[in-house]
Amino acid sequence: MSEMIIKNGFVFDPLAGIKGEKKDIGIKDGKIVDASEVKKGKEIDASGKTVMAGGVDIHTHVVGPKVNVGRLMRPEDKLFRSRTKERNTRMQMGFAVPSTYATGYAYARMGYAYVNEAAMPPLHSPHVHEEIRDTPILDISAMPVMGNNWFQMEYLKQGEIENNAAYTAWLLRATKGIGIKCVNPGGTEAWGWGMNCLTIHDPVPYFDITPAEIVKGQIQTNEFLGLPHSLHVHGNNLGNPGSAETTLDTLKLAEGITTNNKFGREQVLHNTHLQFHSYGGTGWGDFESASQKMMDYVNKQKNISFDVGFVTLDETTTMTADGPFEYHLNHLNHLKWANVDVELETAAGVVPFVYDKNSKVCDIQWAIGLELALLAKDHMKCHLTTDHPNAGPFTRYPRVIKWLMSKQARDELLHSFKYADKVIDATIIESMDRELDLYEIAQMTRAGTAKCLGISNMYGGLTPGMNANVAIYDLNPEDMPKDPEMIESAFSRAAYMIKDGVVVVENGDVIATTPRKTIWTDAKYPLNELVERDIREKFLKYYTVELENYMVFDDHVYNTVPLEVESPAA
Amino acid sequence: MPKVIKNVGCPYCGCSCDDVEVTVSDDGKHVLEVKNVCAIGTEIFMHGGDREGRIRLPRMRQEDGTFKDVSFEEATDFMAKTLLKAKKPLMYGFGSTNCEGQAAAARVMERAGGMLDNCASICHGSSFLAIFDNGYPSCTLGEVKNRADVIVYWGSNPAHAHPRHMSRYSIFPRGYFSGKGHKGKTVIVVDPRFTDTARVADHVLQVRQGHDYDLFCAFRMVLHGHADDIPDVVANIPKEKILEVAEILKNARFVNIFFGMGLCHSDGRNHNIDIAISMTRDINQFTKCTIMAMRGHYNIAGPGQVWSWVFGFPYCLDLTKKNMAHMNPGETSSVDLAMRDEVDAFVNIGTDAGAHFPIPAVQHLKKHPFITIDPSVNMASEISDLHVPVKICGVDDGGIVYRMDNVPIQFRQVVNAPDGVPSDEEFLDGVYERMVELEGEKFDE
Repeated sequence: MSEMIIKNGFVFDPLAGIKGEKKDIGIKDGKIVDASEVKKGKEIDASGKTVMAGGVDIHTHVVGPKVNVGRLMRPEDKLFRSRTKERNTRMQMGFAVPSTYATGYAYARMGYAYVNEAAMPPLHSPHVHEEIRDTPILDISAMPVMGNNWFQMEYLKQGEIENNAAYTAWLLRATKGIGIKCVNPGGTEAWGWGMNCLTIHDPVPYFDITPAEIVKGQIQTNEFLGLPHSLHVHGNNLGNPGSAETTLDTLKLAEGITTNNKFGREQVLHNTHLQFHSYGGTGWGDFESASQKMMDYVNKQKNISFDVGFVTLDETTTMTADGPFEYHLNHLNHLKWANVDVELETAAGVVPFVYDKNSKVCDIQWAIGLELALLAKDHMKCHLTTDHPNAGPFTRYPRVIKWLMSKQARDELLHSFKYADKVIDATIIESMDRELDLYEIAQMTRAGTAKCLGISNMYGGLTPGMNANVAIYDLNPEDMPKDPEMIESAFSRAAYMIKDGVVVVENGDVIATTPRKTIWTDAKYPLNELVERDIREKFLKYYTVELENYMVFDDHVYNTVPLEVESPAA
Repeated sequence: MPKVIKNVGCPYCGCSCDDVEVTVSDDGKHVLEVKNVCAIGTEIFMHGGDREGRIRLPRMRQEDGTFKDVSFEEATDFMAKTLLKAKKPLMYGFGSTNCEGQAAAARVMERAGGMLDNCASICHGSSFLAIFDNGYPSCTLGEVKNRADVIVYWGSNPAHAHPRHMSRYSIFPRGYFSGKGHKGKTVIVVDPRFTDTARVADHVLQVRQGHDYDLFCAFRMVLHGHADDIPDVVANIPKEKILEVAEILKNARFVNIFFGMGLCHSDGRNHNIDIAISMTRDINQFTKCTIMAMRGHYNIAGPGQVWSWVFGFPYCLDLTKKNMAHMNPGETSSVDLAMRDEVDAFVNIGTDAGAHFPIPAVQHLKKHPFITIDPSVNMASEISDLHVPVKICGVDDGGIVYRMDNVPIQFRQVVNAPDGVPSDEEFLDGVYERMVELEGEKFDE
């Protein structure tokens, strides 16, 4: 295979502690090598440019059933909002919920190499893998949704961590998933009856377990198995005024639990899209930011990480396994509503939403996201996401970076709001002078996310031996542009994106594709007789799909890379 | 020894039952026996494999009107050249093929710059229009099995069209919260005819043909608290009956409404589905309610899924711009295109447009090259210029299909197709490669 050298760039590699030093990066056979090893091949001049590892998105919704419902039910998302096909691409359709081809190319243009699909209903996992096959360039992992899984609720109610671990390891193998995702624990099962769990102590109908017990039990299961990623939680009471209280209750469940894994991650709980969970007030009238209170707690905890879920003030399509939330959201805007309850496992809802710049509530949501990131002390544990497409499309990441790096850009937008005064009263954004630097952006978008996912031996850095995913941006750290728009523009159109040693983007245009990979966790912890019997019984009596057809056939998983793990507790 | 293969998916209706047991001959060439299948599914299995009379080579129409066997290479070349020559080729069908074939068709038609459509265009296409407007609060069939205590079949007759639907998913099975099976469930059938499905119903509402919308309006008025204002009889249904059924819906634990083409193809069409979805939303104010389309073929939900992730639209795709997809049912839908004689080459795949399109539409299509890709002889194949036999998905080919509730089901191959017969995917990939050879330059994926 080919060799390549990237010369004279300003390198930002937080995994190796490199902070903008001028350095050459060598590439050989799809891997990073020491620059001295490269004798021939292509030379890329990165003088005056920023060099980072390929981006790693820890939480996005780009493949699978609910994403496809979003595409299917919104033809208007394509109208006048799609990019025309480039010479070396397939057609690229859609804005808020782009087609798989549009998704792969758009991430690559921004310098991303890896994305984690954060919600895979196990029953629908063959669908997820079909879409992964049709998503160009990106390496993808997917997380099976388990917070309302009947097996798990029954095992955890009895305190049977070992049985739960055996089932979880089996489910990861069956679905080719990477880790445990938990959405509105208990509340989504309650939605099967049109109900919800709004606090962590509301009992789940019939199952007689509480969200707190589910979350705690899943953390223990995760550490029992020693999985690469921690438990990935979307807690109860998302999106409602006062959600910060419920969130703090949830985060406190991790207190005193230590990690047990060989992948280098330090957290036991990852709280996703923390922005939606950091709301104060008692109703939409006194709705306010609770970011300070949230970060006062989070900054002190060593074993918690989070991604933000920045609101980008766009028209988008919300979609989540939090079925009751989508139903309530639909009552706020009365647009169309799709819902898919999935037998024995989970649910999902899809509702279009307009984050209107002239709405006080939307603007406060925008401010809360930025506040969380600006208050964070360690950006290895604070990640850049928009919970795509829920708080905004992933294609707005460069815009979010602009807001984080420029107070001027934030203030200009803030003071253009119709209800700017009310937004300023309800938030602390105006008083914040902090501007993040490129090193912190690299932490938020590749180093920290790769570490939290447990894949930092392959992704998120530029150490020899890692996958040769390199993004080069037209930004000179010694001479940063005065105009914040230039920052957005640079991160929108990578000067070069190299995936597995192949230049796939040049000057913001897609010029090639590479074979992509499916990353999953092969947890070796075995089934025992009891769990095996439980699985057979539930499939025989309650599922509508045969057990032997439920597990994804190997032929249907694209180019797999298993992360093998022996349970440290076994 | 004959071999028994279990957990096989059935390639007939939208139930996509995956519990079939198939006994195949020693040599793996014939199906000897099938279990857990309805009468229609059985016939499909019995036609698979290396049976006598099966078409093994493509057949090309000669000048004298007769068919002549040709090689697959010749067929591939003919189709590639036909697509490239045509200004507005149309490929239609896909109810009976796997998702891999549908994805391959998307590649071919994107390159050809043509029209791409599936059978939904003439069945549940109107339901899609309602979904575009109003969403789709639905669930998987296991939710119905485990939770539902009230089942509504509106404008659908599963006893004939989906033979195992009632026993596998809705009325008869005993689920987790529905341990009494049929005894614990209330069944409501709304249909102008007294169907065989109506025989097992607790409440039969013989709605006046074409007046479903009126009846939905009446139900919605009752649900919104305006019962006093509805007339004594609505669409042939007495007010007392409407009130009684509305009360059942409100007091249920979990309602599911299954609707069929009796709703989406009678007067009102997409508006019937639109108001059905609105009624579903209304009932959610009282209890849990979901709604589901009774999709016809075992994988007719498939193209809607595959093309949504590839192009963003489920059907009626206009790819003629070559750099952007467009969809506008009525303008870009197959029958409308054919009636306006806009299509200058037609590919019928995994369906029978000859039997299902209006005769004037077929007459227009017949003026131009007409190709059928199908394992069987059907009306379309017999008027084709080229008939290409392929494997039967679910019998001699595996792959993924989408059940009526959009759950992906993995199908298995149980017997070997006759030597040399390709799958839809393999044949279409060959056509794509030939187009690349003829035109030069391939775009990567």
